Amino acid sequence: MNVGLAVVTAIKLAVALAVLYGVTRIAIVVLSQWRDVLSFDRWSEVLDTIRRNKLRTALTMISVAWGIFVLVFLLGLGNGFDNGLRSEFARDATNGIWITGAKTSIAHDGYDVGRKITFENRDYERAKSAKLPGPGGQGIEHISGQFFIRGGRFGGGEMLTKRNGKANSFQINAVHPDAIYLQAHTVVSGRFLDFVDIVQRRKSAVVGRPVVEFLFGGENPIGEWLNIAGVPFQVVGVFSDPGGAEQERQIYIPVSTAQLAFNGVDHLGMLEFTVGNANAAQTKIITDQVVAQLAERHKFDPKDPQAVRVQNNVENFERFSKLFWMISTFVVVIGLGTLAAGVVGVSNIMMIAVKERTKEIGVRKALGATPKSIVFMVIQEAVFLTGLAGLMGLSAGVALLELTNRVVHNDFVKNASIDLKVGILATLGLVIAGALAGYFPARAAARVNPIHALRDQ
Amino acid sequence: MLRLAKVNKYYRVGTHSLHVLRDIELEVADGEFVAIMGASGSGKSTLLNILGILDDYDSGEYWLGDTMIRNLSEKKSANYRNRFIGFVFQSFNLLPFKTALENVALPLYYQGITRRKRNQIAAQYLERVGLRDWAEHTPSEMSGGQKQRVAIARALIAKPRLILADEPTGALDSETSKQIMDLLSEIHRSGITVLVVTHDSEVAARTQRTIRLKDGKVMTPNEILASASHPGLTAVPG
Repeated sequence: MNVGLAVVTAIKLAVALAVLYGVTRIAIVVLSQWRDVLSFDRWSEVLDTIRRNKLRTALTMISVAWGIFVLVFLLGLGNGFDNGLRSEFARDATNGIWITGAKTSIAHDGYDVGRKITFENRDYERAKSAKLPGPGGQGIEHISGQFFIRGGRFGGGEMLTKRNGKANSFQINAVHPDAIYLQAHTVVSGRFLDFVDIVQRRKSAVVGRPVVEFLFGGENPIGEWLNIAGVPFQVVGVFSDPGGAEQERQIYIPVSTAQLAFNGVDHLGMLEFTVGNANAAQTKIITDQVVAQLAERHKFDPKDPQAVRVQNNVENFERFSKLFWMISTFVVVIGLGTLAAGVVGVSNIMMIAVKERTKEIGVRKALGATPKSIVFMVIQEAVFLTGLAGLMGLSAGVALLELTNRVVHNDFVKNASIDLKVGILATLGLVIAGALAGYFPARAAARVNPIHALRDQ
Repeated sequence: MLRLAKVNKYYRVGTHSLHVLRDIELEVADGEFVAIMGASGSGKSTLLNILGILDDYDSGEYWLGDTMIRNLSEKKSANYRNRFIGFVFQSFNLLPFKTALENVALPLYYQGITRRKRNQIAAQYLERVGLRDWAEHTPSEMSGGQKQRVAIARALIAKPRLILADEPTGALDSETSKQIMDLLSEIHRSGITVLVVTHDSEVAARTQRTIRLKDGKVMTPNEILASASHPGLTAVPG
């Protein structure tokens, strides 16, 4: 493992040094001839050569354009996958854990199977202490219990909500204040539930934007009252959610109020918490601690897969991230490989071009061309060819990505695109690649011996 | 103008060393018109390359004006070639994709002179060799004699002090050869030193002086006399 890492590092270092050396050499030549870079004469010489070798030029450019096209398209597609993944998870915290009580499937401690597990307020209190071993270990960051009104999570989720003769069913969540972090909501006006709401069992309600729209129209809902399943609640805040309207058709009320109003004693249907930036393995440890506590108190086998249901976003997110990272990396490697092949192609063709032009270069040298001016002539041509071809490939790639975004509508690919920085970097990289591609043929050209070149036959 | 003292040149062929120029002593005065003659393999091409600063030598001294030409950097030798020497080749060596005007102007390109100015000057030189109307033609549209005139105009444009012509009439018919030699004589009369490498004695006869090379050595007058009588001996009818 370490040896592999060392080898990779060494290779990276060697490549970096080689590139640095080449770039420096070219930069020296370029800087010493900067006047000529801008000169019309230079460009007319380059364009002249290109005009004389249309087929060769076209073939060279196709290879580079194809390389950058593939790179850009795959990179953009990778971004699209990534965006798709993120928006899938954007509904809830990517580091959230949800533990729901269910029915036991293993007999334990004298109890038969099929016993229903219901959490209580003290489970919520005790779960707060779960953390990784060692001082300062990551623990639970935000935690909330949820009381399912009328028992089942989905059966009792939606309640009739009325105000001023208007009525509709909305999802009612009876939670602790930290629930806002788990749902990744944003408060757009007023406030979310707070500690005082819980302690005083206040009839506070935080509503989503569609709820406001339906029940209040254009009115400011803060301070207004509404009626949930026959119990009046006062609106204290409005929230939004990146997941969209479906995530916003909800109302949050204090868990303690709901337990009192809807005959819930101290029951909780679900515990939900976030784990900061713990990784998948650490999250597993914390979650197992919470489950072990619950198992001890409610007397079920901690290995019982049915007693509680655990939804672990960290694990899911990490698994998907890893998969997509691998896909992206693979894609970038292929793209860069294609591009590298294109650049090597340019170098090869330039090399042949130099061989073809041996006589011309010989004549130029006899007439007073310095090696530097010859080097520059070839490099400028290579940079021009790669640069132009690269921009063509870049545009084609971006165009195809745009088309993809317009045609493909699903959850896996969202907004496939490359950002400006990558585009600029790619262009810059191409110029450097062009210069590198031209460097070796240029050196060969500068070494042309006029005596041999001018010898007849 | 130029002076060679004990110049030696070797070519390394595998493990062998070929002694191509042996102690060459040569002096050409300012404004002279000189022919260099010799059989193939006599070393005349090598000598021309050294004189043209296209090749280096192994020992001795080569003075071009007040400058000792030895182990110059490529940049320096390119600069000297550009400013002091004009080349005329047997196969013209014009760039095929450029017009006559652009070909003539090329040496000035490497002096960094602007396009407009060098085209102006090139037009004057084309006129001087009688090809003003051919300025926009490419070499493939011209006859051998015309191409060589373009090449001569190109050799002259940087106002060199020395013209080196390597078999300038080698690819031309006798009538055209005569015209080219007329042109070279005229250049010589304008005060430029002209050196012509040739195997054609008629061409050599048009110059002021002939230097003969044999086996890498400059032949002495006695050797020349001896070799001149040689053909008479072999001409005995058999």
